[in-house]
Amino acid sequence: MTLDALKAGVLLLFAALVQVSITSNIQVASGHPDVLLILVIAVALLRGPAFGAAAGFWAGLVLDVASFQTLGLTSLLLTLAGYFAGRLGEVTKKSSAHPSLIAVTFGTIGVGLGSAVLHFMLGETVPASEFFVGMLLPTLALNLLLAYPLYGLCRRLLPVSPRERREVIPVV
Amino acid sequence: MTPVPRQRTARLPVLDAHVRRSEGSFPRTSRALRARLVAVALVLVSIALVTVYFRESEGGTLHGAQRIGVSVAMPFEVAGERVARPFKDAFGWASDLLGAKSENAKLKKEVDLLRQQAIANETAAQENKRLQGLLGYVDGPRFPENYSGVATRVVGRPPSAYDQEMLIAAGSGSGIQQNDPVVTEEGLVGLVTDVTSNGAKVTLLTDQSSAVSAMVLESGAAGIVRHGPSDPSALILDRVGKDALVQEGDLVITAGWRSGSLESLYPRGIPIGTVKSVGQQDVDLYKRIQIAPLVNFDALSDVVVLVPNTRPK
Repeated sequence: MTLDALKAGVLLLFAALVQVSITSNIQVASGHPDVLLILVIAVALLRGPAFGAAAGFWAGLVLDVASFQTLGLTSLLLTLAGYFAGRLGEVTKKSSAHPSLIAVTFGTIGVGLGSAVLHFMLGETVPASEFFVGMLLPTLALNLLLAYPLYGLCRRLLPVSPRERREVIPVV
Repeated sequence: MTPVPRQRTARLPVLDAHVRRSEGSFPRTSRALRARLVAVALVLVSIALVTVYFRESEGGTLHGAQRIGVSVAMPFEVAGERVARPFKDAFGWASDLLGAKSENAKLKKEVDLLRQQAIANETAAQENKRLQGLLGYVDGPRFPENYSGVATRVVGRPPSAYDQEMLIAAGSGSGIQQNDPVVTEEGLVGLVTDVTSNGAKVTLLTDQSSAVSAMVLESGAAGIVRHGPSDPSALILDRVGKDALVQEGDLVITAGWRSGSLESLYPRGIPIGTVKSVGQQDVDLYKRIQIAPLVNFDALSDVVVLVPNTRPK
């Protein structure tokens, strides 16, 4: 568990720096690929909601620091994304063949809407058309393109043990 | 009537099953509860961070910790930007190549026109200087004469369209301070809003918090340039009276006002954009002027921070 936490921590730290310096330059309309969100979701799907929430908090904190943004804002969104992706992973472990695509779709939409609400509360607004067409849709498309490769990378880094693979985790 | 004896044993299997199921599900319930507690605790910590960050001053603990974090992360961000630069350049080169032929013809015409204007401007500038000397005219800081530039690269941008900001790879170690204007060869980019020893945050002109006192070069109509209400990357020139003369294609520059000891953060004469459209309605107090920025805010890779010459080195 400690080794997993260390590996995930380093991966997310590296991803946050890549996000600030590289992927934020890749722009389709006003949307950017959200590598960090995809990785948090992948980690949460593989390791469960508690681990996912902690990974989301760490990733958000690093991103907020590295990009000179309001501390805690991205942490809040990614903590929730990590937790719910972990829960989704538990629920759909045996029933869905594409948990990463489902989780990334819901995660992107949820984080996008959550971000809009938080920024609205802080006095920063974007017109609805610009938000949905210019930001949310391109980001969703780019994230879905990256979902499989990044999920595969996380699976290699945080392999699922045979015992865990056999285990059926019920909905509590 | 004979009482029917209660069959206590019949309930035992049910109870037994219940107990066994509870034993089996307890660890899972506990795990789910722990996950919820972790998530709730981290959400509360995040909310506390946001609250404290907003309430504390610029020199507060969290701001200070963040500056240290940015200083530590800056070399890695610079390295990341260096890795990505060739790919960005290749993409830019390929996209520029598509429109190169038509742009070449357009630029040749523009060069001829500008050459004539440059001669006229030079004559006017010499005359202006001579007349100022005769009048003993007291002037404010002028751009670019009274400023030295710190050229630096853009190393990062927040991954969100809400934050019209960017990170640059030069900070207080290069003489940069908060509120220094940032430009490119095309025009005004924004203002330095936070500084560390080896990096700085620049808030772009298109940010919702930015506002620049500006004027139309051709008519002298003064107003405030700020972000547009519909498109986050568009600019408008606000507070221009209906009687002011403004036409499409006019150049908008920084006004650089001075009032007593107070003066504008931006020196006079930095180009901002050209007037894209002008409109007015009976119910409006001011003209509706849209500006096409001269700077492409989405493709900034290098900028120049203007440091006043009067600042002690």
